[in-house]
Amino acid sequence: MTRKETLRIFRIWTQTLLPSVISTSLYFLIFGSFIGSRIGLIGEVTYLQFIIPGLVMMSVITNAYSNVVASVFSAKFQRNIEELLVSPLTSTVILLGYVVGGVMRGVIVGFLVFLVSLYFTALPMTHPMIAITTIIGTAILFSLLGFVNAIFARKFDDIAIVPTFILTPLTYLGGLFYSIKDLPLIWQKISFFNPILYLVNSFRYGFLGISDISVSVAVISMGVLIGIMWCVALFLLHRGIGLRQ
Amino acid sequence: MLLYPKSTPLRYYTLMLENLPAIHIHQLTKTYPGGLQALKGIDLTVREGQFFALLGPNGAGKSTTISILCSLVNKTGGTVSICGHNIDTDWSKAKTCLGVVPQEFNFNIFEPCWQIVVNQAGYYGVPRDVALKRLDVLFDQLGLSDKRNEQAKNLSGGFKRRLMIARALIHEPRVLILDEPTAGVDISLRRSMWQFLQELNNGGMTIILTTHYLEEAEALCKEVAIIDHGKIVTHGNTQDLLQQLNAESFILYCTAPIDTLSALPPISGVALRQLDPLCLEADIDQNHTLTELITYLQIHGITVGRIRNKANRLEELFLKLVNHD
Repeated sequence: MTRKETLRIFRIWTQTLLPSVISTSLYFLIFGSFIGSRIGLIGEVTYLQFIIPGLVMMSVITNAYSNVVASVFSAKFQRNIEELLVSPLTSTVILLGYVVGGVMRGVIVGFLVFLVSLYFTALPMTHPMIAITTIIGTAILFSLLGFVNAIFARKFDDIAIVPTFILTPLTYLGGLFYSIKDLPLIWQKISFFNPILYLVNSFRYGFLGISDISVSVAVISMGVLIGIMWCVALFLLHRGIGLRQ
Repeated sequence: MLLYPKSTPLRYYTLMLENLPAIHIHQLTKTYPGGLQALKGIDLTVREGQFFALLGPNGAGKSTTISILCSLVNKTGGTVSICGHNIDTDWSKAKTCLGVVPQEFNFNIFEPCWQIVVNQAGYYGVPRDVALKRLDVLFDQLGLSDKRNEQAKNLSGGFKRRLMIARALIHEPRVLILDEPTAGVDISLRRSMWQFLQELNNGGMTIILTTHYLEEAEALCKEVAIIDHGKIVTHGNTQDLLQQLNAESFILYCTAPIDTLSALPPISGVALRQLDPLCLEADIDQNHTLTELITYLQIHGITVGRIRNKANRLEELFLKLVNHD
């Protein structure tokens, strides 16, 4: 399954790898170089350096999610999910196969975006283990979310709703382009309910050593969410909800 | 042309010696959400090595039964065993015994043919090198070698059907289930598929098929079951079941025009009708023979040139058992 999912990523690389690299390069160029140069420093780092971890994280979230949601829904749509359902593969293996595919794509795209960012500015990495843990954990979490979305989706529109109306707003409002310390108190408090805020800040801490929230809280929350989503996805798969009649 | 498998593998003999049925279904029920009761307590046993047909009109419960066997539909009640493995408690082994050729194409149309089959082998734990060797043999036997690297979406309907058969056989299952395998397939390909399936069965593989072509079932299957309204209405040896027919209908093509049929004395056990000047239709009772009819006609100056069954015999039985109007 892992081989199949990985091959899929590279077979349609113009749809899976390229778009995020191009769009985030534009972010680097416009927000980082053109507008960022007028903003000045945020703490001790430039605005471009400040937004790079968030943009890498945005690519990871979007790609891990869309890889699994598209792969599972397309398998449901073409009915080739039946190849897995009739086989002796356990639900755990099937879920793991899809999640590994999502993590692969998320991490590969994240790495490519990071490489592109190095063209625009240098970026320190103060806590590499935190950065790696966060990026992999985030990719796992959003792969699982993509899987659950695909299970319940009945038409192609259903797999676009969550990324458009939930993921993108939460990502943009998750401290990607700004520090929540600059927000009014009420918005700071509301922002704490946004899980992406924790992921972005934890990842940023891994690079720049700065964070708006406690990194240990972020990492533990991520672990708990992964655990919950894993159980939910496994339950749905095991019961055949959305897959078997 | 179709040589697989050349000999009966040991595992088939093992199962025969154990005297385990290939499929054992007990009191199987299925009620879909919304209340539709598709299966109402089915009992069915298919012995190892059988070529078995599950027949029934549309909506009778054939596909539901097949889908439960393949784990594509959750049953409501009852028990199902495949080669002695319960699908609830020993599902992994049960699934390994089964190869499935569904009615509708269900592969990723964007993948090349070889990859679809090799991926499936991986799901069954077949090592990649072994799968690639088996792939060559299967593709050769099914005439797919030229299509090996072709994207599945570019194949014609017949080749897609063959691809699904190759995929179902790649892990060398003991039981092969085919749901309408020859639907939409031209007659020449249908015949070659029959031959291929027959050879698989001769090699010891249990084959279960559902089909609307009753000629296919009569030609291939040693046992049939007819399902209607979620219940098995008959099950047994094909020839034994055909004995249940009270009469068979024949079309007789005469060598010269007949103008005296109404003047002929009646013949016991035969109902004769004239279809056109050269053509007669005869319903012959089970206790009378075709020879008696031909002799009778010859005595009265009518020579029969050719004869054919009006309908397939299994079709007549089928209609007799499921016709409620």
